[in-house]
Amino acid sequence: MSVLTTQNLNIGYLRKGKADTIQTDLHLKLQAGELVCLIGPNGAGKSTLLRTLAGLQKPLSGKVQIDNVDITQLSHQKKALQIALVLTDRVEIDNATVRDIVAYGRHPHSNWWGTPTGGDKEFVNEAISLVHLDDKAESNINELSDGERQRVMIAKALAQDTPVIMLDEPTAHLDLPNRVEIMLLLHRLAHTTGKAILLSTHELDIALQAADRIWLITKDTGIECGVPEDLVFNGSFSRAFESKAYYFNASNGNFSMNYPLQKKVWVEGDKTRTYWTLRALARAGYLVVPDSEIRIHVLEKSWLVGDGKELFSVKDLLEEIDRINSHKNAPQ
Amino acid sequence: MFFKSRSFFYIRQSLSKAIIFELARKICTFGTPKINSISLKSRNTIIFLVLSLILIGLFIADLAWGSIHISLREIVDVFTGHKDNIINAEILLNFRLPKAITAILAGASLSVAGLMMQTLFRNPLADPYILGVSSGSSLGVALITMASATLPAVLVNSGWAMIIAAVAGAALVLVLVVGVSFRVRNSVSLLIVGIMFGTIAGSVVSVLQNFSNPDAIKLFVMWTFGSLSSVTWAYMQVLLPVSVLGLGIAFFLHKKLDGLLLGDNYARGLGISIIPTRFIIVIATGLLAGGITAFTGPIAFVGVAIPHIVRGVFRSSTHRILLPGSVLCGASLLLMCDIISQIPAYTLPINTISSLFGAPIILWIILKKH
Repeated sequence: MSVLTTQNLNIGYLRKGKADTIQTDLHLKLQAGELVCLIGPNGAGKSTLLRTLAGLQKPLSGKVQIDNVDITQLSHQKKALQIALVLTDRVEIDNATVRDIVAYGRHPHSNWWGTPTGGDKEFVNEAISLVHLDDKAESNINELSDGERQRVMIAKALAQDTPVIMLDEPTAHLDLPNRVEIMLLLHRLAHTTGKAILLSTHELDIALQAADRIWLITKDTGIECGVPEDLVFNGSFSRAFESKAYYFNASNGNFSMNYPLQKKVWVEGDKTRTYWTLRALARAGYLVVPDSEIRIHVLEKSWLVGDGKELFSVKDLLEEIDRINSHKNAPQ
Repeated sequence: MFFKSRSFFYIRQSLSKAIIFELARKICTFGTPKINSISLKSRNTIIFLVLSLILIGLFIADLAWGSIHISLREIVDVFTGHKDNIINAEILLNFRLPKAITAILAGASLSVAGLMMQTLFRNPLADPYILGVSSGSSLGVALITMASATLPAVLVNSGWAMIIAAVAGAALVLVLVVGVSFRVRNSVSLLIVGIMFGTIAGSVVSVLQNFSNPDAIKLFVMWTFGSLSSVTWAYMQVLLPVSVLGLGIAFFLHKKLDGLLLGDNYARGLGISIIPTRFIIVIATGLLAGGITAFTGPIAFVGVAIPHIVRGVFRSSTHRILLPGSVLCGASLLLMCDIISQIPAYTLPINTISSLFGAPIILWIILKKH
């Protein structure tokens, strides 16, 4: 079921009456219960699209609809009941506890006096448990780690009880375990709560694993939507992230660096160790080709090089093949 | 005399009503489920009660102490209509009572204005004068006192002229700042705009001083010292409604002020329209700070220091707590300053006393942050 749809959406900025268009004619669909990751190179319009969909910025033209209502025409108050936001803005409030911040999510639902209506307290408690911060509920937010802070803001968005949650780079500034944890959390939340969750990110590998759907945004080709693997198979990623310095490695969903490879070598043997050996060789400038004179055999705990010399570390291996390579080239 | 006692009666009534309302409000807040631990909630209630008692105590002390001591019994007598000592009754009703009420209004207004500015700009050092309100007022007053050679004497000598000039000056700067606030999306830029307008006004004042005679300069400098006792009952009829209106707007905005603490973007995401809210906050600040400054002259540091004290005391960030807390603390502080300023044989200017109190607090804030 589509929660949010766009029709003929043009996004960009108005500068001195002139439209600076970034993306045109977008027809997007956000489904309930799905985690959608918006990825693309810098400058392609990730933030602009997110800000436009969130209603922080007006579209140049076109419609953004939730339940067949154009949200660009809604008041801030009504919009806050449809979309909850997690932004990159740092929240620093003296004396505010985790519970206080999460309770902000109930603002659009409460009356002028701020008295909570109905199950507000339950909403706040539930949101705090969903992000596993029960034991920190009364802590001051200034005492939390960056990962915990991000979870607090996600809890705030959950407490807002909206069909759509949008997050702007929720994993920026976090270390790897926290990045993975936040993504898993969002994935789980989308599936268990039935909310549509849209986030922008630079973490391609994590996004590919966690996202139900990817919106791949590029300057020239607009936005391609699809299941991550489909976009890998049809080469969209390689095209989107084309560069001389790196390439999209479809075998592991990562970016690999393009080293200048002039020297040749051949490798065979144990799979995991071969993978890491290849990385080291690529960095040292070796191209792996079957007809190379230097042959490396990867064993369980060591490497056999050409004439049968056994080496026990990557450092020794690299030194040895460098020696062979220079020796081979010397007489010419 | 009839008129004066009537207005006094009205004020006494509204004051006691205000106290009753305050107590009732506190009992209400005790019941409202502010999502927080119970202990903190009842702790805040006790603090509210203690602060209210302190305020009442200081109010009575401010009436009793001065160059002539008036006993508590006499105060009660005068208030219940037994005016045996005509002179003391006169001092009490027409000098000390309006002065004490002015102290309460000024303390409450400047503190609440300071709280709003600190929230709006999310800057702990913002104060009600940050938007150039006091500079605008002083420009108006400087024009009246120092450029008075060209104006009719009747206008210059009446207190209203100074007040109207101060209001006009503050309003002028405020209108400019509000005009800019619609164009500037960023709060920090607005802050700089306010400071720049203030600087321009300050420079014009310096230029005026350069060309003025010593008497006029003295008159102007006296105004900058600030004085609570210049507010008569006639002025009070204007000051009280202006202050109450400004405070009312501030309380009306409490939920939006809470939201603004999260920053403009998050506040928008919670359904708050930033530009109109900012506009109303600037108007309320103008009423509070501009109104008070026009009648009492500038009173420094109350606006910047009190909100920090209140945050520290209540350990809260909710404006439903901080606003009444600022009213009580600000009023108490200024009453205390007024009492202190009466201790020497010659009354000290209130602005210097409040600065002596405020500056160490600012230092403490900065040292605590590092």
